[in-house]
Amino acid sequence: MALIVGYLVQGCQMLLILLLAPLLTGWVRTLKARLLRRRGPSVLQPYRDLFKLLRKEVVLADSASWLFRVAPYLIFAALWVAAALVPTFAGGLLFSWTADLIAIVALLGTARFFLALAGLDVGTSFGGIGSSREMMIASLAEPAMLMMVFTLSLLAGTTELSSVARFMLTADVGLRVSLALALLALVMVAIAENARIPVDNPATHLELTMVHEAMVLEYSGRHLALIELSASLKLLLYLSLLGCIFAPWGMATAGAGPAAYLGGAVIYVAKLAFGGVLLALFETSIAKMRVFRVDQFLGAALMLGLLGALLLFVSRSL
Amino acid sequence: MLLLAVGAYAIAAARRPDGGRQVYGIALFVCIVLLALALGHLLAGRAPTTLTLPLGLPWLGAHFRLDALAAFFLIVVNLGGAVASLFALGYGQHERAPERVLPFFPAFLAGMNLVLLADDAFTFLVAWEFMSLSSWALVMAHHQDPANARAGYLYLVMACFGTLALLLAFGLLAGPDGGYDFATIRAGTTSPGFAALVLMLALLGAGSKAGLVPLHVWLPLAHPAAPSHVSALMSGVMTKVAIYGFIRIVFDLLGEPVVWWWGGVVLALGGITAMLGVLYALMQHDLKRLLAYHTVENIGIIFIGLGLALAFQANQMYASAALALTAALFHVLNHSLFKSLLFLGTGAVLTATGERDMEKLGGLIHPMPWTALAFLIGAAAISALPPLNGFVSEWLTFQAILISPELPQWLLKFLVPAVGALLALSAALAAACFVKAFGITFLGRPRSPAAATARETDRYSLTAMFVLAGLCLLAGILPGLVVDGLAPVVGLLNGSARLIPQHHQPWLTLVPVVDVKSTYNGLLVMLFMALSGFGAAWLIHRLASDKVRHSPAWDCGFPEANPAFQYTAGSFAQPIRRVFGSIVFQARERVTMPPPGDSRPARFKVELHDPVWERGYAPIADAVVALSSRFNYLQYLTIRRYLSLVFGALVVLLLGMVLWR
Repeated sequence: MALIVGYLVQGCQMLLILLLAPLLTGWVRTLKARLLRRRGPSVLQPYRDLFKLLRKEVVLADSASWLFRVAPYLIFAALWVAAALVPTFAGGLLFSWTADLIAIVALLGTARFFLALAGLDVGTSFGGIGSSREMMIASLAEPAMLMMVFTLSLLAGTTELSSVARFMLTADVGLRVSLALALLALVMVAIAENARIPVDNPATHLELTMVHEAMVLEYSGRHLALIELSASLKLLLYLSLLGCIFAPWGMATAGAGPAAYLGGAVIYVAKLAFGGVLLALFETSIAKMRVFRVDQFLGAALMLGLLGALLLFVSRSL
Repeated sequence: MLLLAVGAYAIAAARRPDGGRQVYGIALFVCIVLLALALGHLLAGRAPTTLTLPLGLPWLGAHFRLDALAAFFLIVVNLGGAVASLFALGYGQHERAPERVLPFFPAFLAGMNLVLLADDAFTFLVAWEFMSLSSWALVMAHHQDPANARAGYLYLVMACFGTLALLLAFGLLAGPDGGYDFATIRAGTTSPGFAALVLMLALLGAGSKAGLVPLHVWLPLAHPAAPSHVSALMSGVMTKVAIYGFIRIVFDLLGEPVVWWWGGVVLALGGITAMLGVLYALMQHDLKRLLAYHTVENIGIIFIGLGLALAFQANQMYASAALALTAALFHVLNHSLFKSLLFLGTGAVLTATGERDMEKLGGLIHPMPWTALAFLIGAAAISALPPLNGFVSEWLTFQAILISPELPQWLLKFLVPAVGALLALSAALAAACFVKAFGITFLGRPRSPAAATARETDRYSLTAMFVLAGLCLLAGILPGLVVDGLAPVVGLLNGSARLIPQHHQPWLTLVPVVDVKSTYNGLLVMLFMALSGFGAAWLIHRLASDKVRHSPAWDCGFPEANPAFQYTAGSFAQPIRRVFGSIVFQARERVTMPPPGDSRPARFKVELHDPVWERGYAPIADAVVALSSRFNYLQYLTIRRYLSLVFGALVVLLLGMVLWR
């Protein structure tokens, strides 16, 4: 019986993040519009877009191969699994030990690998420019993220997220320099990985500075819907990650019962909403940077992460 | 057990049979038999078996021994050998000069097997040299090409240097009594100074064969020069034999008193090798050379694991050392699988198009879908993407790094996170490099007529590639079983400390240390991904839409008719070249733009400098040339002067003897 409940709760979490992801994207878009004194579309607009795209036919380029058609499903699967492995409303779920934080980072890498390949598949220069820049950004963002993981794991003694969250709730964490550095690194990586403003602009089209949008330029119909949904899932994943590591309050424990789960879910949605507000504020207050400034931005993130880990190698109390 | 050598020698002796098929067929059979024997030995956990033959030095004989370590590497070698033979059943048909390849191929396999089985220094060195020379002959198979001749020459010089280092190492190990068989060496003790010297010599000897930076220079020239199935063997398997040599000398023969800084040296070398290897690879447009540089990177990753293990052993932390050793050995297996696969895929591309230059390929996924799929699996595996096998060994290495703050030495405390950062960087750059390798070669539109008219490769080659691809997936989703298989090897090298048995774990989860620590389950990740991917596809096609309309590419309304407008390998790597290459390679880009009205084309030139060659090797080569031209006049002396030289030398030597006594 406990096993069935376990499966159910795990399934609920997977569905919850799938359903919440477009809402989060819509929320950030609306907030940004309001901050720019525009009315902006409804918060529900991403759902409408997705349904419309899903029902449309796919316009496939003549030079596209089977990889181009398989890639959206693969990317979606990798990102959904990765996002579902981050604790949201409750920790220690049935399959929480399936993959640790390093594996989640690597799953993001899998999605990126296939997205970059899809960008190269049709053989256009826009796709190529997007893929090449995405991989350049990733070549710095991924190590920075792993350094952040190192810092966490040195403190918590594990890279499994539920245990990390449980550890962060205990009293002996306190305020630490290394954690502050890790937080900063993670935020910088999250901005770069989600193609947000100082690095890339999610709202731009037809500009040579675009990265993500250039890669997916040839996609249409249901494929584009999956790619968009995956992008939303990725944003949700990073916000959940920030919430679960640096603000793990209110998370239900495993087998706590429906009321606790519901409370955890409410707090989780509140955390996401708050994260969205911060992101919108940040994005409207900063200008986009040149592509070859991104390496300095991410290099700084990498150094911060490394510094955090080094501090802990030197002394566990920093 | 000696059947192997006899069998392989017999084939080598049977020069020029009525076709390559026979040779490769027999090689395939012998390799499978050996593979089965070695697997049986390792999995049954049998005691070491020994054999002494009255060959070689009269007072020594030739000793052979099969223990868990040798059995594991025998599996790696013969798996690679079997698959390469299978591939060659089809690929060998296209060989221009089969008489230059056929005799040496089985000899090369036999040499590698003998190195693994050797149980005395003499047999080991003879087998090692045999392996080097037969592979040199294979590198020189197409010696008319001046680039190949240069590669062969450099390889020969480096191989001799490596063997010399190993010879000295064994000399030091054997001591003044000359106990050259391994059992005597193991029983004896070496003084700390000599032991450190042996470590350095082993690093030089085995490292030059494996491709440790800065001894790697021959590798990216020699590996691509050989026929592709031999490249697969050299890169995927022979480098592993070199690693075996290092492990055998340092972990087994040198024995217990390990000093902590040994681990530091190996670790630092590994980190630098991994990082530089992948950066070199990113700058290459030649597919085979790119893969060869990736071998350098992966050797670095293996040495990181070995260095960690040494550091842990020096501090009596055997449980942690077991994890690091498992990671290194797992990566040995993994690298042999996916690197062989990728070289075989390149061989298939080479047969189909006659091109190794990525800038002239493109769009091969359309005519060669199966080769493309196999190559894609290999590329994803080497980029350490879950749920494939490359990720598991990198994950284990990361876990080993994460338990290293327990190390008491300060230098190691600083070194280990830095090496961790290098490892993370090289993993991310490897993914970028393989997006480039696969994307430019197989995706897009064909950049040359040869790529446009390519045909799918033959059945044998495809089977060989898919065997390896399947093994990559299996080792990725069932890592616990591989770790259990490695346990006897780890126990042998690590004072019988090993990881906890993995096959009892629920859902075959990988649990390297204890239950509260980190876990990874490739099987479930794979299952979840398959379920959500196929589920999404089914639901969307069922409920939403499954219509497709074909049309020309959109490309923002500016479709480019000319395939030359596509991104090339050079342009793909340009951002990374600017970010990393401007420091490491002093990369400079020059654009020469003709003045307005001039109809000449604009030129874009990239200048790269190889720091290791220009700072390390070129001065040495210059010094050797300068020195030898200085002494050149010695060739033209009169007989009286020669006689007086000989006399003088004799007097000096005798004086030296007298003073030394």
